[in-house]
Amino acid sequence: MCRDCSCGQPAPEPLPQPTRQLPLHTALLQRNDAQAAGLRQRFEAAGVTVVNLLSSPGSGKTALLEALAQRLDPTGLAVIVGDLATDNDARRLQAAGLTAVQITTGQACHLEAPMVAEGLHLLHHQGISLEQLELLVIENVGNLVCPGAYDLGESLRVVLLSTTEGEDKPLKYAPIFHGADLVLITKIDLAEAVGFDRAAAHAAIARVAPHARVLETSARSGAGLDALINALAR
Amino acid sequence: MHELSLMEAVRDQALAAARAEGASRITAISLRIGSLAGVEPEALRFAHTVVMAGTIAAGAELRIEVVIARFFCESCQQGFDSEQGDCLCFRCGSFSSRLLQGRELELTSLELS
Ligand SMILES: Nc1nc2c(ncn2[C@@H]2O[C@H](COP(=O)(O)OP(=O)(O)OP(=O)(O)O)[C@@H](O)[C@H]2O)c(=O)[nH]1
Ligand SMILES: [Mg+2]
Ligand SMILES: [Zn+2]
Repeated sequence: MCRDCSCGQPAPEPLPQPTRQLPLHTALLQRNDAQAAGLRQRFEAAGVTVVNLLSSPGSGKTALLEALAQRLDPTGLAVIVGDLATDNDARRLQAAGLTAVQITTGQACHLEAPMVAEGLHLLHHQGISLEQLELLVIENVGNLVCPGAYDLGESLRVVLLSTTEGEDKPLKYAPIFHGADLVLITKIDLAEAVGFDRAAAHAAIARVAPHARVLETSARSGAGLDALINALAR
Repeated sequence: MHELSLMEAVRDQALAAARAEGASRITAISLRIGSLAGVEPEALRFAHTVVMAGTIAAGAELRIEVVIARFFCESCQQGFDSEQGDCLCFRCGSFSSRLLQGRELELTSLELS
């Protein structure tokens, strides 16, 4: 009903409001990126190498760190580990003699820079300062897509591909491999058992991460771990 | 699935910008998304309707410009497109690690009324 005079005519369509364009050109992740830049400054000032460890669930991130704990001075190494739920990984790492703090993300399928800041806070409460560390490893939530978009202030981005996942994964998950500085082909001890085609895997990695170094490692046999330690020491 | 948290960031930035402009409605939101950004446009659209509900951006049109990944081949001294992020130059078969575009995650503009 017409509102003005109750004349019974249908109400007129409201006049279309004039619209105007507002150009913005802002990064969607500007808040994360700004925090990550702040973290990077802190890390550089403290002289600590920070590794962002990325892979699909179960590719062997935690096992690799457990194996490194045997070979490195554990007092110079700390881990911030992210998972959707449980503190299993932090407990495994602590049992291996490492300082480790767990971040449980709940809904989030990736770590964001503020969560790393929270991890540093937790480390601080355990009496660990960045200055006393040589290496800080951030074990990201197991996921081969989402974590790739989030800068955590790291100096080195390491992406794992395990032999049991199949050699074509780099081509299917190109974005995350594209951001890698170092790619590890993990569980290489299982290569033969699962019919892993090494040449095909190296070729696939070269196509999406030609700039990355590639190492084959095994947390089980220890293969490639010395080379990895050298790569982390830059 | 991080598209939901990305669209929450879009919402927060868009609402803040609209408020600063004194706008009463956001009628369209434009994004630039690189093909190598690791984001699914369809999932963004789904998240869009969810996160904008109950705000002045409810019902806003979401315009997504997909930026196809583009590499620069040093041997050919030319760029080449590669939607899937394959760095192999189709002309000469060499690898390029120089990405010119394709990782964008950008809020480009709003349409306000
Ligand atoms: N044979 C063999 N098994 C391995 C190796 N590394 C890890 N595994 C096994 O793979 C399984 C998963 O390893 P994790 O270290 O938990 O993998 P993760 O990447 O930390 O997993 P999430 O944190 O859940 O994403 C475990 O059962 C490990 O024992 C390896 O080098 N060789
Ligand atoms: Mg783990
Ligand atoms: Zn070429």
